[in-house]
Amino acid sequence: MATRLREITPAALASAALAALVLGALAAVAIRAGGLTGLRATDLAAIRFTLWQAALSALLSCLLAIPVARALHRRRFPGRGLLISLLGAPFILPVIVAVFGLIAVFGRRGLVNAALAPFGVEPISIYGAHGVIIAHVFFNLPLATRMILHGWEAIPTERFRLAASLRFGPAEVTRHLERPMLRAVLPGASLAIFLVCLTSFAVALTLGGGPRATTVELAIYQAFRFDFDMGRAASLALVQVAISVTALLIAARVTTPASFGAGHDRTSLPIPQLSVGAGRATLDALAILLAAAFLLAPIGAVFARGLPALPELPAMIWPATLTSLGIALASTLVTLIIALPLALAATRHRWAEIAAMLPMTASALVMGTGAFLIARPFVNPTSLALPMVLLTNAALSIPFATRILMPEIRTLQADYDRLAASLGLRGLARLRLLTLPRLARPLGFSAGLAAAFSMGDLGVITLFSDGQTRTLPLALFQLMGSYRMDQAAGAATLLLTLTFALFWALDRAGHHADPR
Amino acid sequence: MLTLDNLLIEQGDFRLSADFEIETGARVAVIGPSGAGKSTLLSVISGFFTQRAGRVLWDGIDITGTAPGERPLSILFQDQNLFPHLNLETNLALGLNPKGKIDRAARARIEAALERVGLDGFGKRKPGQISGGQQSRAGLARALLRARPMLLLDEPFAALGPALKAEMLALVAEIAGEQGTTVLMVSHDPEDARVLCPQTVLVADGIAHPPQDTAALLANPPPVLKDYLG
Repeated sequence: MATRLREITPAALASAALAALVLGALAAVAIRAGGLTGLRATDLAAIRFTLWQAALSALLSCLLAIPVARALHRRRFPGRGLLISLLGAPFILPVIVAVFGLIAVFGRRGLVNAALAPFGVEPISIYGAHGVIIAHVFFNLPLATRMILHGWEAIPTERFRLAASLRFGPAEVTRHLERPMLRAVLPGASLAIFLVCLTSFAVALTLGGGPRATTVELAIYQAFRFDFDMGRAASLALVQVAISVTALLIAARVTTPASFGAGHDRTSLPIPQLSVGAGRATLDALAILLAAAFLLAPIGAVFARGLPALPELPAMIWPATLTSLGIALASTLVTLIIALPLALAATRHRWAEIAAMLPMTASALVMGTGAFLIARPFVNPTSLALPMVLLTNAALSIPFATRILMPEIRTLQADYDRLAASLGLRGLARLRLLTLPRLARPLGFSAGLAAAFSMGDLGVITLFSDGQTRTLPLALFQLMGSYRMDQAAGAATLLLTLTFALFWALDRAGHHADPR
Repeated sequence: MLTLDNLLIEQGDFRLSADFEIETGARVAVIGPSGAGKSTLLSVISGFFTQRAGRVLWDGIDITGTAPGERPLSILFQDQNLFPHLNLETNLALGLNPKGKIDRAARARIEAALERVGLDGFGKRKPGQISGGQQSRAGLARALLRARPMLLLDEPFAALGPALKAEMLALVAEIAGEQGTTVLMVSHDPEDARVLCPQTVLVADGIAHPPQDTAALLANPPPVLKDYLG
C-alpha cells in the first residue's frame, strides 16, 4: 500500500499544481464576471463570429485537403516525403510569422495583387474576416491533409488489389473504399480544426478586428487593454470556457473508427488502375503544386525579405530574443516536469489523464485574465508578465506532451513492468535506468513542440506587457504595427529560424539520448 | 520449503487450485496442456497475480503480500528478461542492487558471474549485440548473483534450438546444485522434465497436483496427460 501511494505521489502533485493554475484562473474569472450581464451587442457578434469562422475554416481546410491527400496518396515523385514532412511544419510555425508571410503574399502590395494588377483586377485585402479564414486554412490545411492521407494509407493495399480483381472502375473504388474512409476520418479532422480555431487569438489580433472579425479571445483582449473593463473581460472569458468545454464534450463523443480490417502489406504501393489518365494526372499535379505554393510561398517570402534585413534589426530585438529563449526553455522544462508524471500515471488512473487535459478547457487569454485578477490585489501584474507567459505556455503544452508520451509509456509498461518488479527496480532508479532512456524519443519530441510553441506564442504577453517587457513575437508584432516592414521581416526570419532550430535540436537530442 | 496452502486462483471463467509443498532444493517441472494455468501458477508464486484465496509460504513465512522483487525467488520469463538499452554489466548489477550502483566489489562479482556462464568479457555489450542463447545465459547469471532460494523458469528457453536448450538446462542444474536452489520449471516438453527435474507438478482440469516422480508419471501418464503428450 505504501508503495502504491509513493508511486502516485508525483502525479498527484503535478495534478494539484496544474489544477491550481487552471481552476484558479477559471474561478477568478467566474467570481469577477458575476454572470454574463456585462456583455454587449458587439460581444454577441464576437461569439457568432468565433463559431462561424471556426466552422468555415474547418470545412474549407477539409474540403481542400481531400484532393491534396488523394494526389499525395496515389502519386510518387521526388520530394514527396519531404513535402509530407513539411505538412507538419505549420504546427510549430509561430502564428505571427505566418501572418507576416501571408501579408507578404496576399497583402495590398503582395505577390498575388502584383500578379493580378496587370489584368485590371481590384486589389484584394488580406484584412478582415476572409483574412482570418485564409490564415486558419493556411495552418490547418496541412493538418487535415495529413489526417486524410493517413486515412487513405490505412486502407490496406489488399483492398485495392481486391478491387482490381473485381474490375472496379474509379467510381466503384470511390464508392466502396474511399467514401467510407472519408466518412470515418472527416468528422474527427474537421472537429480538431474547429477546436483549434475557437481559441484563435493572434490571427484575429493581426488580421481581424472590428465588428465583423473579432473572436471572443480578441474581445477579451480588447475589453482588458482598451476599455480596462475587467468585469466584461471576465464574462467573455467565461463564454470562451463554455465554448471550449462544449466543443471538448462533443469531440469526446466523436470517435474515428476507420476500420478496414487487417492488411499484411504495410507499404502502400501506387495503385496502377487509379493513377492512369492524363486528366487525373493533371488534377493531381495541380492539387499538389497549388497546396505546396500556398504553404511555401509565405514562408519563402519571410526569408526573401527578412534575410537581407537581418543586419538592420533594431537593438530592442536582442533582449526580446533572449527573453523568448529563456521562457521557451523554462516552459519546456515545466511542461516535462508536469506531463511526465501525469502520463506515467494516466495509463492506469483516469484522473491523471483528465488532469493533464484540464488546460484544454481554458484558452491562453482566459488563463491570463484569471491570473491577472488573482495577482492584482497583491502585486503590479505587469511585473508578473514573463512568469505568466511561461506558465500558460507550459500549461497549454501539457495536453500535447501527455498525449505523445502515453502510447510509448503503455509499450514500456507492457514490456518491462514485470522485469522491473521482479528485480525491485523502482523510484528514482527506475526513472534513471528505465523510464528516461526508454522515453528519450517522445520526450525529445514533446520538448521540441513545447519549446517551439512557447517561442512563437503571442498571447498572454499582450495582456501583461507594459510595452517594455517583450518577447520576440511581441517585438515583431510591434514592428508590424508601426509599419517598419523590413525590420519586421528580419525579426520574423530570426523568430522562424530560432523556433525551428529549437524544435530540431530538442527532437534530435531525444533521438541521440535514445540508447537503442 | 515452498508451501501452497489451499491456493485458489480465479480469472474470469478460469479456476485453478493448488495445495501442496515443495521441498527445499527440489527441482520440479510444471507440465500440462496449454491454457491449464502453468504460467498463472508461477505468476501467483512470484507475486504478479493475486490469488482468490489461500496462502503462499516460504519456510513457513507467508509471502502472499510481499512485492515480487522482495520475494525469495528469481524468475526468468519467456522473453524480456534483460533491459535492451542497458549493457550486460548494468543488467546484472540490478540483480545485486535494484538501484543499479556498481562499485568495485560489485564489478568483480558481475565479472565472475559472467565468467561462470561463459560470457567473460561481455559486460559492455547490450542484449541486442549477443545471441539468444547468450541472452539466456546473461539472465541466468543475474539469477546467480541474486542467489535467491527459488528459481522460477517460465519457459525462458522455449525459443532456443534443442542443443542450446540442453546446454542451458545443464547450466541451470549446475548452478542450482551449487546454491541449493529450489527450481520450478514450466515446460511443454516432457524431455526437459526428464532431464532436469526428478519431480513433476501436473497442472490439468483446474488442479495443480502435488509433485510426483517424473519418470513414473511419464511412464504411466493419466489420460489427460496422455492426450496432451499424444
